[in-house]
Amino acid sequence: MPSTKLSAVTLPDGTRTDLFIADGVFVDDAPSDAETLDCDGLIALPGLVDIHTHLREPGREDTETVLSGSQAAARGGFTAVCAMANTTPVTDTAERAEYIADLGRRAGLVDVTVIGAISKGLAGEQLAELGLMHTSAAHVTMFSDDGHCLMNPQLMRRALEWIKPFNGVLMQHSQDSFLAGPDACCHESEISGRLGLGGWPPVAESSIIARDVQLAEATGSRLHVCHISTAEGVDVVRWAKARGVRVTAEATPHHLLLSTRELEGYDTTFKVNPPLRTDEHIEAVRQALQDGTIDVVATDHAPHAAHDKDHAFVDARPGMIGLEQALSVVIQTMVNPGRLDWAAVADKMSHLPARIASLTNQGRPIAVGEPANVVLIDPARVAKVDRAASASLSRNNPYHGRLLPDPVEATFLRGAITYRK
Amino acid sequence: MEQTARSMLSADDMSRVMTRMTHELLERNHGSEGVVLLGILTRGAPLAKRLADIAARDGQSVPVGQLDITMYRDDLRANPTRSVGRTILPCDLDDRTVVLVDDVLFSGRTVQAALHALADLGRPRAIQLVTLIDRGHRELPIQADIVGKSIPTAGSERVRVHLTETDGEDLVSIERSA
Amino acid sequence: MLHLLSIADLSRDEIETILTTAEEMHDVQTRPVKKLPALRGRTVVNLFFEDSTRTRSSFELAAKWLSADAINVSAKGSSVSKGESMKDTLMTLDAMGVDAIVMRHAGSGAVRQAAGWVRASMINAGDGMHEHPTQALLDAHAIRRHLKAHDLGTMEGKRVAIVGDLLHSRVVRSNVLLLAKLGASAVLVAPPTLLPPGVEHWGVDVSYDLDTVLPDVDVVMMLRVQRERMSGGFFPSEREYIAGYGLTAQRLARLKPGACIAHPGPLNRGLEISSPAADAAQSIILDQVSSGVAVRMSVLYHLLAGDPGTQRRES
Repeated sequence: MPSTKLSAVTLPDGTRTDLFIADGVFVDDAPSDAETLDCDGLIALPGLVDIHTHLREPGREDTETVLSGSQAAARGGFTAVCAMANTTPVTDTAERAEYIADLGRRAGLVDVTVIGAISKGLAGEQLAELGLMHTSAAHVTMFSDDGHCLMNPQLMRRALEWIKPFNGVLMQHSQDSFLAGPDACCHESEISGRLGLGGWPPVAESSIIARDVQLAEATGSRLHVCHISTAEGVDVVRWAKARGVRVTAEATPHHLLLSTRELEGYDTTFKVNPPLRTDEHIEAVRQALQDGTIDVVATDHAPHAAHDKDHAFVDARPGMIGLEQALSVVIQTMVNPGRLDWAAVADKMSHLPARIASLTNQGRPIAVGEPANVVLIDPARVAKVDRAASASLSRNNPYHGRLLPDPVEATFLRGAITYRK
Repeated sequence: MEQTARSMLSADDMSRVMTRMTHELLERNHGSEGVVLLGILTRGAPLAKRLADIAARDGQSVPVGQLDITMYRDDLRANPTRSVGRTILPCDLDDRTVVLVDDVLFSGRTVQAALHALADLGRPRAIQLVTLIDRGHRELPIQADIVGKSIPTAGSERVRVHLTETDGEDLVSIERSA
Repeated sequence: MLHLLSIADLSRDEIETILTTAEEMHDVQTRPVKKLPALRGRTVVNLFFEDSTRTRSSFELAAKWLSADAINVSAKGSSVSKGESMKDTLMTLDAMGVDAIVMRHAGSGAVRQAAGWVRASMINAGDGMHEHPTQALLDAHAIRRHLKAHDLGTMEGKRVAIVGDLLHSRVVRSNVLLLAKLGASAVLVAPPTLLPPGVEHWGVDVSYDLDTVLPDVDVVMMLRVQRERMSGGFFPSEREYIAGYGLTAQRLARLKPGACIAHPGPLNRGLEISSPAADAAQSIILDQVSSGVAVRMSVLYHLLAGDPGTQRRES
């Protein structure tokens, strides 16, 4: 295992120091054989943790594999990702969960944590084997039907109760499927009306969140709100937190940066679910991330093949990739305007997501004795995003052609370099 | 490039020529019975109207209309799309003598297009051609039945017909690029 | 013009040119030989991802009367379900070297997307709930003919009510844009459930009350209401819809003299429009149909007759 000295690196709290890595952990003195990296001007953040990643394996290995997704994650500064359950077949049994965890270990570039389905086949009718997935070698603690909203409130309640003994968490895709049906593909607004695209109203999100936080309160179980995108949804989470409900929420990079206006040209790259929102919602999400109502940033990295996007807007698959530009977008929208400092970025992209995912070896402070999961970033560098220059197998990158921060210099997983610019 | 213009017909000349052409037309057709005048847009239309007016002074009533041949041009594709003009037929053309009227007869392609257009509009008994100026350089086997004035020209020259109705004055001139 | 995708892309001059040429084309329909040679050698494909009898046959006749070769491709269900992407379908036709693709698709924006992929001229024959530009042009053409025939002047300052399922209508979006460009004003009449979101930003009047609107308008344009909308909760029953928004025989009497009745078809007789209204003397519904061919001839002519190189450079 190589030893490394990170000289004159800046920590999230602003202090400058030398860091020493040996045997995968931070140590207090330079090992004799240490390779020295000049980190003058670079900031060290704890390795980023993404609790919402679609890796597409098994089933759609043409669009992403656990390996290619891991590579993209490492390039984005991540040392852990959580693989969503909507693969083919769906991750709804212990065996399937272990299979994916095993693929993650073999790729070895990030820690791949498996998210299990809440309902069998994501059908929303019958509980998946939540407990067996938890006791399997994959140690599943997070469950989600993401891509589908678990509409049945009774099933939602039972699921929350079932996972309570092992402190699991349900990650809900909050979308009332009556208020926002299959044709809903554009934030309901003047733009959806003018473009003739099916409207996706904010109340379809906030009403489900309102129901779920009350179920979480009633059951005393943990709820996590995926990709919150509306001011109304944020308000409900704020209310629930004030009551002490065990609820956490995530914002995606794209909902922090991109607006409904991107849909004017019907470019299906910008089709995502929930849809891109208007400025007042973007501001509400940024504000909530700043004040802690939204706990974490999660990518909802959703690779798609071109042939699944080359349809009419309403027919195209929703989703966009995000692992490689997640930190770029957070710097652009939250750090540069002074809304988050680096310590807060470490919280929202590493410490807190690791806590939600019950990861004990990720999201740790940069301190002696802790695992050396760290990303070195140059906060000042900017570059034009080129979708072709990606480790992902897919090209549905909504930031293509945009000038964005290009911070990641190197990523270390337990002391080993997983990406270096 | 410098241009020189040479006047070929004055307003008075044109008036005399038009009167003579009308008489030739009536003589040729033994009066106005069954005759329809169709001016080819743009400047053929007012010329046809003038012929009809002169005939009317002699007590001969000739129906007069206009023909737009834009859609029938063989060079339609070589240019940006042109606006379409209005074809006005004063009566059914079947079994009539249709007299096409144009300002300048040059390559003959406009007349060819007009003949194609007429074929889609009816079946005249006969078609005749009247032109104010014949400047030669025919590319098709087409001749006018009645000519106002023949003007031998060089290919590089340009015959300009000005009419009061379209240009504010009556004048025919030749422009030469020097 | 290289494509016709949206009324929003047309200048007032371009609209005037299209409508003026359409008047000439209208005369062709009364000729013994309904054929002009302007598009000889050009190929027009009618690519319909969604069923349509009148629009497709209207475009087909328009192309044929201009001497273009016209073929119909029904691509219903061929795309998503068969694994072929919409882009593949378009690129395949384009590779055959066709000059224009007249396209209808249930997805809003689909024709604009297609225009980004192909070399051919794209003509929007209706995209989802977005636009149907030739319908709006033919509506304007038919209204202008009505005004001319009754010596009622131009479109400038005229008031047009558009009534019915405006939420799902591509006709209303194109018409609102076109009427504004022609100097007419629109008043949209629908129940709140069938109004598009953000309609208050469209620069038109909106009303829930057809009875108060009718006496003030020069044109009342009734839009089709699909009976299936009842199951979506958009209205409770046919009876209740008719009571509020149907052009009944009684409402007919509220129209001012000279006002005309339009409907893009197909008609739901007895629902949005009663038979007495559809067949009334002031109904221009059949004239809209004949106007459709004339307007589409004009559009095809202006898009395709000239040198494509020149038009591509100009656009």
